Formats: sequence, structure tokens, C-alpha cells
Amino acid sequence: MRDDRGTLPATKLRHRSAIRRRAVPYVFVGPALLLLLAFGVLPIVVAGFVSLTDLDIAGLANRDNVSFVGLENYRTLLSDGDFWRSIRVTLAFIVIGVPAIIAISLAIAFGLAQGTNRWFRALRTFYFLPAITAIVAISLVWGLLYNTQFGLLNYLLDSVGLPKVNWLSDPTVAKFSVGIVAVWRATGLNSIIFLAAIQNIPQEYYDAAALDGAGEWQKFRYVTFPLLRFALMFVTVTTLIAWLQFFDEPFVLTDGGPVGATTSVSLFIYREGFSRNQFGYASAGTVALFCLILVVTATQLRLFRRNDAS
Amino acid sequence: MPRSGTKSRRRFVIGVIMTIGALLTAFPFVWMITTSFKPLREARTYPPTVLPDEATWESYVTLFRDLEFGRYLTNTIIVVVVGFVGLAFMAMAGYGFARYRFVGKNVMFLVVLATLMIPVQVTLIPSYLILNKIGLTGTVVGIAVPTLVSAFGIFLFRQFMETLPDEVFEAARLDGAGEFRIFYSIVLPLSKPILAVQTILTFIAGWNSFLWPLVIAGKQENYTLSVGLALLNQQQSVNPPLQMAGASLMVIPTILIFVALQRFVVAGFTMSGLK
Repeated sequence: MRDDRGTLPATKLRHRSAIRRRAVPYVFVGPALLLLLAFGVLPIVVAGFVSLTDLDIAGLANRDNVSFVGLENYRTLLSDGDFWRSIRVTLAFIVIGVPAIIAISLAIAFGLAQGTNRWFRALRTFYFLPAITAIVAISLVWGLLYNTQFGLLNYLLDSVGLPKVNWLSDPTVAKFSVGIVAVWRATGLNSIIFLAAIQNIPQEYYDAAALDGAGEWQKFRYVTFPLLRFALMFVTVTTLIAWLQFFDEPFVLTDGGPVGATTSVSLFIYREGFSRNQFGYASAGTVALFCLILVVTATQLRLFRRNDAS
Repeated sequence: MPRSGTKSRRRFVIGVIMTIGALLTAFPFVWMITTSFKPLREARTYPPTVLPDEATWESYVTLFRDLEFGRYLTNTIIVVVVGFVGLAFMAMAGYGFARYRFVGKNVMFLVVLATLMIPVQVTLIPSYLILNKIGLTGTVVGIAVPTLVSAFGIFLFRQFMETLPDEVFEAARLDGAGEFRIFYSIVLPLSKPILAVQTILTFIAGWNSFLWPLVIAGKQENYTLSVGLALLNQQQSVNPPLQMAGASLMVIPTILIFVALQRFVVAGFTMSGLK
């Protein structure tokens, strides 16, 4: 920190060592930053450029087959029924999924916060497992539970006299079936974040509130909730972004079906890009998704900031 | 006394509810493991059984003998090992941002934060085109490199390293230690908790990654476990024990590592500034 100051290049030797010392921080941040630029920032630029061309598999082999088409891809995208359906599907997942994940994670975090003994700590592991295990593997397991011929869920329904459900082949039900897996998976990490936030609240705050005669609900309303605001904001923003990127579960469980009922925006882009090899067109979808995420994130940050001010 | 009585009773009731919830949450894993040991015939009977009547290793043997899961496992391990190079880069960057002042620092850190918002799906096609250009599509290195460094990782390292006491650094400099020496023999040992967290996260991210390997792997010999498993799903949709054996192969190592190191994870989230 003090390296930048007071190093006068009086002699050549000192000059050289001053340069070397100035280079130190760049050596530390350089490799990571270069990788982030190459695979985080550059792709955005490339996507923006490619979205203005008709790059496809032939163009990948020979650049002569690529031509500049201007905003043509975006025009097609805006009149593409499949694209709009994928937007509607993604929004439906968000509208139900975000509140569900937040409510369930908060409930689990409060439950886990009630005890600090070995038992409660062991329980944490159970809730956390879905968050750390491979979603491909997990989706397969759920696919088996949902199986209409010999799956466990239909057997359970059957044994209490309820009709069987077409978990993955009915367009409306499939949305919920796929969504349940995602909610099940997302609650683990978010509960831990909420739990950490709850445990960070000093006990004295509660003691003081109790002295003032606050009941359990009032303690929650006036102590816990305000102090959880940062965790809430963090979870809301990241959960929303996660739903905008929703891919693995529908890809493995339903491949976007039936009749597109679970085709998220990400799945739409993947299919245009890598099944149909329409890289230019898929890049336009990519840019659209990126803008969507930017707008959503900015709006949320603004909303939370306004709440903070009031 | 009556107050503490109701309190401990409440805690007991909540404990019971939480336990039931935990068992329900973990149930798919139980089902996965028991099904993986069932003979094919039994896995496809109705009503389904919880425990296999005649447990068999058959499906696991099939994965390695008739399918390429040994190969996929090796590839996955390579991806994870390369990932640890990224971990070193993230630690260095976190340290650089936490402890130095330099021209362009703010802009660079803004770039790091900005990439936090860029989803994998957005970089998917352009990254594919970039790797195609430099000839790394269809290689295990191509699978590993684009996700080596995560902005979130750098952010967590910076948050932690900013809290290290100045005196340690002053003392080391007075002793004549060079900057890299300080990083290696003082900062890294002091950063054990955050290193533990990041090690787990790096392992999990590399081991579980799916979409990118799916796109970039190309030839079957480059598949990772996740890609091989998704492919198996499409080929063998009527062989549940085989699918579940593959799923178990992917899931069980993560669970073992997590259970062994889990106390660091909660601690890590607490100290990472998510308060």
C-alpha cells in the first residue's frame, strides 16, 4: 500500500526496483483479469457482433459464407412465436419460483436457527445437499420419481386413492414438476445465506427488545427483518437471475416439452445455437437475454435502494 | 422456569418438523442409491420397492465395462484439477485488490463486478466461437479454461484479505520479505478458512458443470460425467438402475467431500460479508 509513495528513482538500480514494485499488483490481478476479459467481457462483444451476421455451420467452416445482415436477426426474433413463448415460460417460472424459494428458504433458516446443537447442525447438511450435487444427476432421479409407469410419486397417489398424474407430459403439470426440482435445489444455498444472516444478529438486540416488552412477532418485525434486508436483496437478485438462466432441469427432464411448455429462454437460445447451428440468430437471443438481465437487476437494485432511503 | 419450559418444548417441536423436512429433502438421494443396486426387472415393477430384494453391483460394472464412464471420470477429474489453477489466480487477484493501490484498480474491479452479472448462457455461443477460433473445441482444456476464474471467487478473496491485520505485513516487510514471499508464506496460511470454502466451491463447480462441457466436448472421448450421464438418459431411458448408478457415481463424491468440510462452508458465508 505504501509502495507507490516515496520511491524516488535516484539511481538506475532504484529506478528499476521501483518499476518492479509498481508491477507487483498487476502480476497479482493480471491472470484472473485476463481470463475474465477473455471469457466474460469479450464474449459480450462477440455476441453483439455475431448477432448482426447470418453465421451458421457453413460460416464456421468458411468465412466467405458469412454476411452482414444488420438488425435482421432481431426483427426475426421479435416476430418469432417460439421466442415469445420462451419469454412467457421464463416469466411464469420467475413469478412463482422467486417467492416460493424465498419463503421456503426463510422458513428453513428460521427453523435451523432455533438450535445450535449437533442435531441442528447435522440437519443443515441435509437441506444443503441438493444445492451442491450435480443437477444432471438429480434431474435423472426426479425423472424416475415422476415416471408414470413405475414411478414412486404416482404409486403414492395411487395408494391413497388419488388419480395418477402425467408429471412430465401434461403441459401445465410439467411446468410445476420441473419448477419443483429447481425450487428444491435452490432452497439449500439460500437457507444457508439467511441462516448466516440470522446468526449474525447480536443477541443483545433481542434482549433489548424483550426488555421493551416486545413479543416474538414484534422481535421479528422490528429486529430480525430489517437486519435481514441485505441478505434478502442478495437472495432476490441472485434467484431472479438464476431463473432467467434456467436450463439444466428442463433440458434433462423434458427437453423443453411438452409442446414447448418448459422451454426457457436459455433452452431456446441453446437450441437455435447448437441444434440448428444458427449462431447469428442465437446470438441475437443472447443479447436480448443479457439486456433483460441488466434491466431486471438494475430495477431491483433501484427498488431496494429506494426502500433503504425511506 | 415455566418460560424456559415452553421454550424448550417449542424447540423440540421445531426440531421434529425440521427433521421431517430434512428427510423429505434428502429422500431423492436415498431413492437414487437404493435403485442403483436393484436388478433391472425389480426397478421396473409396480408397485416400486424401496430396498432392493437382491442387491447387485451389475449397473456399476456395466457403467465401467460396457460404457465409457471410466473415461468420463478421468476427464472430470482433469477438469477439477485444472480448476485449482484458477483458484490460485483468484486468490492472487483477491490479494492484489485488497492490499495494493494501483492505477486502474477501480476500473478493473468494476470489470470483475460487471462479469458477475453475465450469465453462462450469454457467453455460451461467443465463447464457443472464440475457442473454435483458437482450436480448443473438443478438448478437455477447452472445457476447463473458460470457467477457471469466477468474479464471485475474486470478490470473496478480496473481502477476506482486506480484514488481515496490517501489522503482519509491516513486520514481514521489515524482515525483508519480497511481495510474493509475503503472499505465499503469510497471506495464504492466514487465509485457510476462505481457501477451504473456495476449494469446495471450485471442486463442486468443476465436477458438476454441465452446459459448457455439453457444448464444447464434441467427441465422446472428451465427455465429462455430467455429459455422459445426460447422454445415457437419452439412450437408456428404460434402465433406471443404470441411470441411478451413474447419478450416484456423480453425486456421492460431492456429498462425502461436503460432509467432511461442511463446517467451513457456513463459516465462509458468514465471513464473506453477506451479513
